[in-house]
Amino acid sequence: MYKKFMKLITFLSILITPFLLVNTKALAKTTKVGFVYLTTPGDHGWTYAHEIGKQMVEKEFGNKVKISVVENVPEGPDATRVIRELAKQGNEIIFTTSFGYMEPTLKVAKEFPNVKFEHITGYKRSKNVATGNIRFYEGRYVQGVVAGLMTKTNKIGYIGAYPISEVIMGINAFAQGMRSVNNKATISVIWANTWYDPVKEADAAKVHIAEGADILAQHTDSPAMLQIAEKKGALGFGQSTDMGAFAPKAQLFASINNWGPYYVEKIKQLRNGKWNTGDGPNHWPGNTWGGMSTDMLLLSEFKNMPSDVAAKAKKAHDGIKSGKIKIFAGPLKDNSGKEILASGKELDDGALWGMNYYLDGVTGKVPK
Amino acid sequence: MLIFTPRTIQSNHWVLIGPLISIILTIIIGALIFKMLNYPVTESLYQVFISPFSRVDRIADILVKACPLIIIGIGLIFCFRANIWNIGAEGQFIIGTLCAGSFALLFPENNNHILLLSMFLVGFLGGALWASIPAILKIKLNVNEILVSLMLVYVAMLFIDFIVRGPLRDPMSFGFPLSKPYPDGAIISKINFPGIGYLGQLHYGIISILFLAPFSWFLINRTLPGFQIKVFGSAPKASSFAGFNKNKITLGVLIMSGGMAGLAGVIEVSANMGQLQPEVSFGYGFTAIIVAFLGRLNPYGVIIAGLVIATAKLGADNAQMILGIPKVVTGIFEGILLFFLLAGETIQNYKVSLKRNS
Repeated sequence: MYKKFMKLITFLSILITPFLLVNTKALAKTTKVGFVYLTTPGDHGWTYAHEIGKQMVEKEFGNKVKISVVENVPEGPDATRVIRELAKQGNEIIFTTSFGYMEPTLKVAKEFPNVKFEHITGYKRSKNVATGNIRFYEGRYVQGVVAGLMTKTNKIGYIGAYPISEVIMGINAFAQGMRSVNNKATISVIWANTWYDPVKEADAAKVHIAEGADILAQHTDSPAMLQIAEKKGALGFGQSTDMGAFAPKAQLFASINNWGPYYVEKIKQLRNGKWNTGDGPNHWPGNTWGGMSTDMLLLSEFKNMPSDVAAKAKKAHDGIKSGKIKIFAGPLKDNSGKEILASGKELDDGALWGMNYYLDGVTGKVPK
Repeated sequence: MLIFTPRTIQSNHWVLIGPLISIILTIIIGALIFKMLNYPVTESLYQVFISPFSRVDRIADILVKACPLIIIGIGLIFCFRANIWNIGAEGQFIIGTLCAGSFALLFPENNNHILLLSMFLVGFLGGALWASIPAILKIKLNVNEILVSLMLVYVAMLFIDFIVRGPLRDPMSFGFPLSKPYPDGAIISKINFPGIGYLGQLHYGIISILFLAPFSWFLINRTLPGFQIKVFGSAPKASSFAGFNKNKITLGVLIMSGGMAGLAGVIEVSANMGQLQPEVSFGYGFTAIIVAFLGRLNPYGVIIAGLVIATAKLGADNAQMILGIPKVVTGIFEGILLFFLLAGETIQNYKVSLKRNS
């Protein structure tokens, strides 16, 4: 009887083994992941931040992912071709890391309904296209706090890329941070009309300093502004990645785009079969818009400032992270004195993307 | 010391053998580079040179990539044959696109392809107009056309940037710089092969090359204006003795090449983007200069040259995708290829001999 029982067990286990093997194989399955970069990563700025995120994916999943990257892809027909090629080669999830890839991503996604796409900073989604973005403005609030405390001339110079909502909400968050500690200082904005052009950014920085600004902030990508600040004895904030190496005496801190956790999360969702873009009208569901609370936005070490300022900066950071500080809570007035929001209310995400006015503290008007 | 003696008789074989040897040498040097960088040699070479031909839709993609290069290149032949240095095809491409695009957006509901045909005309005129600025400055004030045409590229870039962010911005684009989508009548559709379907992004715009190349060849080689252009370019004095009007030729070739660049822009954007955006050209106008010379200023040669350059670009993308080879490495490849092709041309035209200094 015992022998028979053992035989049965053996028989059963032999039967089961292949299933177990298949199952473990499924767990160890490699996921093919594609990335499309606008430029070569280099050592600073937008694409470099994505490269760091990609490295985080490699570290997290090891040989469970196989990553293909294509760099230097122009935002036109080349993008469509490269994204399609990545899909054809069996990549299961493809991250397209620049705004200009929006239409190409949607176009290819229609042809490959089983491939998942994550488009960075876009606003159009579909069944298999989700979007991802970072609440950059949260870091700018902290910058505003530090700038408000550190400025002696009460003049802040801000270099904007283009007058679009994303940049404007950053300027306004900066103004809110500054106003929380300083009622006199003002922000003047110069539009560089580029995301990356060291020459233009440097020129804008020089103009700001000549006009008396002693703190500079930027929503452009090169370290040029900080390098000018370093030369002329002004202070400023780095963008996208830690730019301290370019301006060790001028950088107060940098807002760091940390795409890694988002990439890892999305790939995990895919591997568990839980990836989705949500339902409903295609606007907000399916959008990852993370900030300090999900570690998608980090601040580099506070430097070149007294310890009490650093402490207040840290407090602002922690407040935003925990949700205690609401950056765009009423009462809000635009810089002409018109009421935007009554007290007790808070602007929602949709209202942030519709921002076309400056809040109190910013001089001038938004170019139309 | 190396002595270059012009060959009196040019070997016809060299026209074919020269490029072939250049390609072989490129492959050998390339293999060495890959070896030194520790990439698998055969696999790397396969990705760069063969993989662009490995699937029908990839071949279709080569054609798509080469299309604007070839059309601009054919236009540039007129200028370069006349020894007029139009470096600003990039700007003419942009202005042509912008004119045709703005024109298309005037008729938002139109789905008749007469609109597309009129866009070709508008785009040609736009590009021609932009190119006529350096022509007129050269004729009236003897201003160098290289500088003017090049600088107008940057003016054109800023101009389209301004238009797409301002007057023509789609109100539904959340402030992002994109125009409204073109109406259906302004779109060049993809070719739907019966039984196969679409091949990559292959579109009907490609067909234009089949008309433009023979037409340009005929114009240059079989007509009086073509003859005047060639004489003016190679022997300006003879041309003036013959009574050819220098100003007319200058204006004519710049209008022709600017117009073709504009036309290339219309086709590229109508087929691939379907709306205006701040960047519509990605250095096509500059790459086309290389293509024109690589094609030996011959319309048919330009077709082949355009395909070669496009293949190299696609191979570079594939190599990075599969093997993670950075684009800079494959960029070196393009450089080596060009170097050998041009060196081959020199050897074809000159006899090289070694002479000892005494």
